[in-house]
Amino acid sequence: MDPMLLLVQGLNGMQLGVMLFLMAAGLTLVFGVMNLLNLAHGSMYMMGAYLAASLQQHTGSFLLALLLALPATFLIGMIIEAVAMRRLYDRDHLDQVLVTFALILFFNELVRIIWGPQAHFMALPDGLTGYVTLFPGVIYPAYRLIIIGAGLLVALLLYLLIMKTRLGMLIRAGASHREMVGALGVNIKLLYTVLFGIGSALAGLAGMMAGPILSIESGMGDSVLILALVVIVIGGLGSIRGALLASIMVGVADTFGRILLPPALASMVIYFLMAAILYRRPQGLFSANG
Amino acid sequence: MADSGYFDLRSAVLLLLLAALAVIPLFGDIFYTRLFTRIMIYAMAALSLDLILGFGGMVSLGHAAFLGVGAYTVGILSLWGVQSAFLSWPLAMLFSMLIALVIGAISLRVSGVSFIMITLAFAQMLYYCFISLKGYGGSDGMTLAGRSSLAGLLDISRHGTFYYLVLCILLLILFAANRLVHSRFGMAIQGIRDNERRMLSLGFPTFRYKLVCFVFAAGIAGLAGALMANQSLYVGPALMHWKQSAEILVMVILGGMRSLAGPILGALGLLLAEEILSNYTEHWMIILGPFLIIVVLCGRKGIYGMLKGANDHD
Repeated sequence: MDPMLLLVQGLNGMQLGVMLFLMAAGLTLVFGVMNLLNLAHGSMYMMGAYLAASLQQHTGSFLLALLLALPATFLIGMIIEAVAMRRLYDRDHLDQVLVTFALILFFNELVRIIWGPQAHFMALPDGLTGYVTLFPGVIYPAYRLIIIGAGLLVALLLYLLIMKTRLGMLIRAGASHREMVGALGVNIKLLYTVLFGIGSALAGLAGMMAGPILSIESGMGDSVLILALVVIVIGGLGSIRGALLASIMVGVADTFGRILLPPALASMVIYFLMAAILYRRPQGLFSANG
Repeated sequence: MADSGYFDLRSAVLLLLLAALAVIPLFGDIFYTRLFTRIMIYAMAALSLDLILGFGGMVSLGHAAFLGVGAYTVGILSLWGVQSAFLSWPLAMLFSMLIALVIGAISLRVSGVSFIMITLAFAQMLYYCFISLKGYGGSDGMTLAGRSSLAGLLDISRHGTFYYLVLCILLLILFAANRLVHSRFGMAIQGIRDNERRMLSLGFPTFRYKLVCFVFAAGIAGLAGALMANQSLYVGPALMHWKQSAEILVMVILGGMRSLAGPILGALGLLLAEEILSNYTEHWMIILGPFLIIVVLCGRKGIYGMLKGANDHD
């Protein structure tokens, strides 16, 4: 294959990968710490996209829309945790699946009521509509490069948050000994609420960044959710490091599958990847809390 | 419960339900005949999922894949000119079971939440695979020319006849599942659900037992899929979308898992609720969602579990 095409497609794969990482990070964080399987994570992605699109229309600025929508998804996440999720920590995964599935139905219908059944589109932010010349003759959309950069930046910030801050220390402590952390006087309930909010905001951020390159419609989070689940299973449930590696792998494998293979096979590539990895390592690439 | 021995609410409800199902087409309203045909087919799918979920303890979120494979088998064979139900329905079951054998052999290596996600992922893989098969309708699916033929024995293009055939198959499945659950195999599979390590120590090849249970249930789901293709005369990838799997899961939980009557009541409850709510508002899901949350959070015995049975000692 042409090396320049390889580069461009590699970047496309990276871009899909970092988007998946933003989704998978929240999912795996919530699972690793609270042992909660949250299928409604895709709904936060959708809410992020809708809120950003609608705020962009009202304010006229992409950046302002982002800055307002991000705390909004954080808040929605905290409300969901306080109303429903809190009651699910002691339940088995089956109940968690059912409740979060019901939340998906609720949110998909909610956006249809608020924003109507038609698909919405978001304008690219000013100044990012152009292309960047990577090499003479090889151009790449500037916005997609920004997505890659922003995604990697968020990954770094997340690492610093969890490994270097007091909040991160409490999160790690809560993951290994919930009762002990509570006994030491930490408000574990509030900690979980905040953590769930962070996860929702990450998914929301992925949705906001995807807004200008996808059509925004009810149910848009559902297919991304499945990809994110594949990612966290490959990476190892609860491992953020695993999620990063697995999301890049899945992003690149999917992108190259689509250009090299017939469509029926291409859509199955990442599932083959998952099956192969699980056959060798049922616990995923990294085991939990890595 | 001292007084419940005289009056067994569960048996009463079941008998009433079966009696009602037996007379519905006699009212002659095509709408209800078709609605209840659909409900009974979903009841089969839910019943088969309960064998895995309730009795086997395996939380599968990809059960709709087998429905889809069964439906597509009938659809594709019909496109090739094979209309005979005696050929296409058993093949629908066979293909579903073969695919379940592969999916099960890989998925059953893990348990718990990984199992949920892997069954989900495999079902989505089939979903995307059938979407990209443009020759068989792609994402639009395909319309069938007519129902399968039963070699002149029965004319199931008539809604009433098809209804009674589906009812008979449902009763047969109920009978077979009842025998299975109370057989040595059924006892073993429930033992594995409760304590796999102990069953393993007792010398049961637990992996093989779980796999057989998984494959058997997929066969029933495949048959339900074949019937579904006949009922709606349409086969599309939406049949195997993961939301379909989740909906069947909801039926089992709503009706009450670990019982055979529960999934039937659940299918009846959910589909009737959908039907009734959608008469009032097109946004009925905004009501159904929170309702499901309350059902799961408040009690999980389901409809059947709330009825008191003769053998209850609580």
